[in-house]
Amino acid sequence: MNFLILSLIKAAIVAFVLLTTLAYLQWIERKVIAHVQLRVGPYRVGPHGLLQPLADVVKLITKEGLIPSHVNKLFYLLAPFVAVALALVSISVIPFGPQITIGPVTTWMQLTDLRIGVLFVLAVSSIGVYGVALGGWASNNKYSLLGGLRSSAQMISYELPLALAVAAPLLLANTLSFRDMVNYQSGYWLGFIPRWNCIPEILGFIVFVIAGFAETNRVPFDLPEAENELVAGFHTEYSSMTFAAFFMAEYANMVTVTAVATLLFLGGWTPPFPEPYSDFVPIIVFALAGLIALYHGLNPARRMDKFTLPAAALLFLGIAAIFGLSLFVPVAKAILMALFWFCGKVLVLLFIFIWVRATLPRFRYDQLMRFAWTGLFPISVLNLLATSLIVALTTK
Amino acid sequence: MTALIFIILAGIAVFCGINLVVQTHPIASALSLVGVMGSLAVLYLQLGGEFIAAAQVIVYAGAIMVLFVFVIMLLNAGAEGTSFQVSRFVRYLGAILLAAFLGLISLMIQSTLPRTEGVTFGAFQGTTAAVGRKLFTTYLLPFEVISVLILIAIVGAIVLARKEI
Repeated sequence: MNFLILSLIKAAIVAFVLLTTLAYLQWIERKVIAHVQLRVGPYRVGPHGLLQPLADVVKLITKEGLIPSHVNKLFYLLAPFVAVALALVSISVIPFGPQITIGPVTTWMQLTDLRIGVLFVLAVSSIGVYGVALGGWASNNKYSLLGGLRSSAQMISYELPLALAVAAPLLLANTLSFRDMVNYQSGYWLGFIPRWNCIPEILGFIVFVIAGFAETNRVPFDLPEAENELVAGFHTEYSSMTFAAFFMAEYANMVTVTAVATLLFLGGWTPPFPEPYSDFVPIIVFALAGLIALYHGLNPARRMDKFTLPAAALLFLGIAAIFGLSLFVPVAKAILMALFWFCGKVLVLLFIFIWVRATLPRFRYDQLMRFAWTGLFPISVLNLLATSLIVALTTK
Repeated sequence: MTALIFIILAGIAVFCGINLVVQTHPIASALSLVGVMGSLAVLYLQLGGEFIAAAQVIVYAGAIMVLFVFVIMLLNAGAEGTSFQVSRFVRYLGAILLAAFLGLISLMIQSTLPRTEGVTFGAFQGTTAAVGRKLFTTYLLPFEVISVLILIAIVGAIVLARKEI
């Protein structure tokens, strides 16, 4: 098939899935935090609040887009655009699965593979700070300016440990392409321990995830938008879709950071168990989820549960059945297994992001800076030195 | 296609470069410089220097210019006035001198450059591995000397900035 048409189809699929994920990620976040705090979370719009993201989108679009009179209009409007565009563009180099063949078409489950894919993501994320900094400055408001300043300082500081943590697995795999990175991590030590980078590079993985929290301005590093000090930080003066753009950029950055962590440290789409056993994991997981939902649907705790939970059970059992059937179709199996393991790992990391938000309080500003420069930075330098020493000693 | 991309990007780079000088507000000037860096990165990419392109964006646009913008925001620098006195004599003579200067420069470039083929798109060996090999073989000494130089600059900056020492 034509390269152009194929790319368009893949781009459409990725864009649709990514934007839907961003909307529902917010629903998941609200639900998880609510349950951590013993609330139910969104529950009114649709069953279990499932239509809440849709309602939020409609609300944000139909709200009046207010431009305050004291702002620098050009930069004020440019900032959310820069933030969201750069946050969404990184997904184009993220591979979701191996090479697949559907009929006459052979393609990778990835939009494009750059030889410098890892550098591309780093470059885009380092430019992304302009969105926040400009938005804070152009709002012409002291809280916004403080938020923008904090954000730039924080991102400059945490980019160092992040880049150093990324460099260690790059040294091991001797490549800058995500695809080769995952290929390097396939296979098993002693037949059952996955050759993922997070095992030799456990320090690098931890540093990467912590710096990732800071890069995405998430709790406990969410000082740029600390409500109780700065109203809403850099997006205080934004409303309607410009506000939504900043919000979307934050979630898109979260997805990018978790996807990169999965690819660099957790082996991408490679399963944690050898081939024949790993095939049954998705079936068991979805069947268990379906049975639990069915049990709670038959013993309803709330009035609507006897309708909604059996429906959810049916859905999960259906997915389990699809995974079961896919074992007999090699093409479907390749796609579904890769997607299951990749999305599973990304979702686990996203859950950790949300979990941390529900658990930890916010750092003070001096603690944040001291932690980056005297904690994470030396650790990541030592980790990189040790890795390079090992690589230099073991390669011919 | 590559020529079209080159013309567009070169145009953006020149426009941003002029805009950098013309703009009176420091933030606008800084962002124009980011535009220059970005379009230069794409030009490097066209030549085949993919590592240089990525380094250009990460180091210049992503680190140095962010620091520039940070400092401008921190000092809250406003728009500079353009009301310094320029006499009519300077203005007209300046235009003639500028034209003469540009002509001289182009003449010199014409005469000194050897008459060879221009650089072709993608001919440059700029993969990460190639750059790394060059840095650690042919250019090892300059590379290491520069790192020491930067270290001296950092130590010097700290010594100058700290009052107690």
